[in-house]
Amino acid sequence: MTDIEPQKTVDARGATCPGPLMDLIGAIRSASSGDVIRLLSDNEQSLTDVPEWAEEADNELLAVEELDDHTEFYVEKA
Amino acid sequence: MTEHVVIVGGGTGGTVLANGLAERLGTELDDGDVRITLINDGPDHVYKPVWLYVPFGQREPEDGRRRLDELVDDDVDLRIDRVTDIDTGAQELQLRGGALSVSYDYLVLATGSTLAAERIPGLTEGGHDYYSEPGASDLREELLAFTEGELVLSVVGTPHMCPAAPLEFVFMADDWFRERGLREDIDITYTYPIQRVHGNPHIAEWAQPIMEERDIRVETFFNAEEIDPDAETITSMEGTELDYDLLVTIPPHAGVDVIEAAGLGDDGWVDVDKHTLEAEAAENVYALGDTADTGVPNAGSVAHYQAGVVGRRLASEIRGRPATATYDGKTLCFIETGMDAASFVEFDYENPPSPAPPSEKLHWSKLAYNESYWLTARGLL
Repeated sequence: MTDIEPQKTVDARGATCPGPLMDLIGAIRSASSGDVIRLLSDNEQSLTDVPEWAEEADNELLAVEELDDHTEFYVEKA
Repeated sequence: MTEHVVIVGGGTGGTVLANGLAERLGTELDDGDVRITLINDGPDHVYKPVWLYVPFGQREPEDGRRRLDELVDDDVDLRIDRVTDIDTGAQELQLRGGALSVSYDYLVLATGSTLAAERIPGLTEGGHDYYSEPGASDLREELLAFTEGELVLSVVGTPHMCPAAPLEFVFMADDWFRERGLREDIDITYTYPIQRVHGNPHIAEWAQPIMEERDIRVETFFNAEEIDPDAETITSMEGTELDYDLLVTIPPHAGVDVIEAAGLGDDGWVDVDKHTLEAEAAENVYALGDTADTGVPNAGSVAHYQAGVVGRRLASEIRGRPATATYDGKTLCFIETGMDAASFVEFDYENPPSPAPPSEKLHWSKLAYNESYWLTARGLL
C-alpha cells in the first residue's frame, strides 16, 4: 500500500473507455501544480491509457496499485 | 389514487417517452388512474442533428425546431417552465414560474446537455461551433468567407453530444472545400483528447486511415487548455500549440445544475443502473438520454431506445407488475464521410461497432431519417 495522500480521488469504476482517462484529465485540469489525483478504474485499458497520457502531458505517475477488482493510479500534476 | 409521472425535458428522450406512455397507458389515462406531465423550459422541441448541415448551407436552424404542443399527445399535460429544485425525498419539484410545488410518483429526468464554453479561457471569443443554433449559423458565414489557411477542429471535452459529429464535420469540410476548388489552400487539423481519433477504438481504427487518405492532420492527446483569440492559437494541457485561422470546437458539455444539487450525480449527469436506467441515489427516479450516465454515446438513437425501456418499466410499475424491460446499450449512428457518402454503425454493451463501407445510399438514408425524425418524436417510428 502506498502512503501517498491525494488531494482528490476520482472514482471511475464502472465507466467504459475512455471515461476513466477523461475523468482523470478533468480532475487534473482543475487541480493546482503539485496536487496528486488518485484515479480508481476497473477498465483494463486504463493500464495503458493513463501512463501514456501522464507521460505525454509531463505529469508524474507516482504509483499504480493493482487491487482485486480495480486499479488505483496516483498522478501528480506538473 | 392517480399515479403522476413527471418527465423533465422535452428533447428526444422526454418527448418520445411522453408520447409512448400516452399510447401505452391510454386506458389508465382515460380512467384517471395515471397522469403524465412533461415539463420543458421552452415551447419548442429541437432536433439537434440538423445543426451539422447548417454550416454547409444545406439546412436552416429552424428546420430542427417544432412546437412541442404540436408533437405531444393531447393526453399529456405540457408545462413550459423550468425546474429549479428536485426534492427526491418528498418527491416534489419546484418550478421557476409557479409558487406551488409539483408532486410526482415517478420522475424521469431527460434534461440533456448544455454547453460550457466558459470553462476554457478564450473559447467563447475564439471558437466557433455547430452545437447550437447561433453557433451553426455563425459558422456558416465563417466557412463561406474562408478561402485559405488553417482550419482546426478541436474536440475539447467528452462526453459530448453525437460523438461521430466531429469526424463528420472534418470529412464534410474536406469534401466541401474540394468541390469548391479550395482544398489545396486550406489545411484541416483534427484534435482529440485521447490517444486516438475517437473514443470508441473500433470507430477510431476505421476513421484514422480515411483521415490520412484525405490529408486531414491529426493531433491526439490534445486537451485544450487555453485559446488566444488575438494570436489565433490554441494550446493544450500537453503543451502543444496550434495556429489557426478558423477554429471550430466541440465545447465542453455539462448537464443541468439541479441534478447535482439534488445529489443525483456529478456535473448534471445522473448516476444510474445502466440496464434499468433507475437513479442510484433516489427511489422512483429514472434518467435517460444524455442525462443518464451510462457510458454509451450521447445520441438521439440512445435517448429513443432508452425512452422505450423506461416507458415499458413505468407501465409495468403502474400496473403493479415487476418491471422487466432493460436497456442493452443499443446505439445506432449514421456517420457522414463527405457531402454525399455516409457510413453506419450499430452496437451495444456487448457487441462493438463495425462501420459499414461508406456509400451514397447510406448518406441518403441518413437524410431520409432526419426528415422522418418527426415521426419518432411523435412516438410513431
